[in-house]
Amino acid sequence: MAIDRVVSGMSPTEKSLPKIYGENIDALPQDLYIPPDALEIYLDSFEGPLDLLIYLIRKNNIDILDIPMANLTNQYINYVEKMKAIKFELAADYLLMSAMLIEIKSRMLLPKPILEDDEDDPRAELVKKLIEYELMKDAAENLNVLPKVGNGIMIAQSYFEKTTEISYPDVSIDELFEAWKNVLKRAKQFEQHQINRSELSVREHMTIILRKLNEKDLLEFSNFFDSEKEPIPKLVVCFLAILELTKEGLIKINQQSSSSPIYLQLGEV
Amino acid sequence: MAQIEKLKEVIEVALLTSSQPLAIEDLSRLFTDKTDRSTIRMLLDEIKNDWQDKSMNLVQVASGFRFQAKADFTEFLMRLTPDRIPSYSRAVMEVLAIIAYRQPVTRSDIEKIRGVSLNSNTLRQLIEREWVDIIGQKEVPGRPSLYATTKYFLNDFGLKSLSELPELNNTLEQEISNTNIDENVEENQEN
Repeated sequence: MAIDRVVSGMSPTEKSLPKIYGENIDALPQDLYIPPDALEIYLDSFEGPLDLLIYLIRKNNIDILDIPMANLTNQYINYVEKMKAIKFELAADYLLMSAMLIEIKSRMLLPKPILEDDEDDPRAELVKKLIEYELMKDAAENLNVLPKVGNGIMIAQSYFEKTTEISYPDVSIDELFEAWKNVLKRAKQFEQHQINRSELSVREHMTIILRKLNEKDLLEFSNFFDSEKEPIPKLVVCFLAILELTKEGLIKINQQSSSSPIYLQLGEV
Repeated sequence: MAQIEKLKEVIEVALLTSSQPLAIEDLSRLFTDKTDRSTIRMLLDEIKNDWQDKSMNLVQVASGFRFQAKADFTEFLMRLTPDRIPSYSRAVMEVLAIIAYRQPVTRSDIEKIRGVSLNSNTLRQLIEREWVDIIGQKEVPGRPSLYATTKYFLNDFGLKSLSELPELNNTLEQEISNTNIDENVEENQEN
């Protein structure tokens, strides 16, 4: 309220009653909402909140031509300066109101074309807009006071303990076995195997083979390969040794006919 | 008959423990075997009667039924959480009112009525609150979004449908229809 006093330079006792054409208004209209920090206007023809001024112009209780716009604008600008820090939104509302008043008045002052139909009022559209907004402001106020969930409507919400009973699925022994096999299969795929430099020497195997052939003149090829016991690398090395020995002419490989047994024997020295 | 009493109790306890209103479809999911909608409806009526003299009412809102404290107790209950009452600015409430009463509306419809451009924060607050959402596009250049109120809006305001909104100020509405505009005159003036 202090703000209004600064703006107008009025004392608080003089402030409270709005005046039209110098006369006090006894009762404010029922259907008008005036915010607490309303912009108070002080003119020759009207004293009171701007909300009320608009209301009265709309109701044709005040002639808009009696309102000096420059004066009103000045008072508005002062008001905005003071309200800036406190309630800028309200200042914006009043800017709208003042602008609307200025528009209405300028339309009134402009020379009118001759109208055949004197029923049409140039203010009609503006007034209509004003009323529609008034209507919605009113509706907003009604919505605002309507009880809402959490604010006026309290809803029941008892607590209940959510227990989740664990129900186990049926599993047959076959499925379990199948799962276990899968685990093993997968584990195999991830099995690590390290590749080491072969500790097997071709030379060593060449010796072993020669030794065997020294004991028995003739040995079947398959005798050198015990594929059930020996690891694959060893078999390979053994084979390489045989090839190497053959190349050097130390042994001979014989086969009578195709798909008959292959024999190894010492080469003729 | 004992069984029907059990059904009633199940429905009652579901409503008492639910944070959201429950529709008849929701309530029918309480039972594994098919339960008639009409049976549920009948039981709801009975529950409503049972609670008549107690501290809570069974009420119907847009998305179903819920228990809420009778209005006489609100005053007391509100004292428990005095700081937690959310309040919206006048601008937000005005935009909400315009959407509620004039839906579906575009952003520019709202701006036309209020005479000021619409702060997008205002709309966002209403959308985040789930009171308002976009229900489509208007088939005009730019295809602007059309805004409307949601079921949650009705629930939160304790309404079954939009027809239960508070009536608009009659005298003001009268005034609008009495204010005639002759489009030709308006045009002449601008020339």
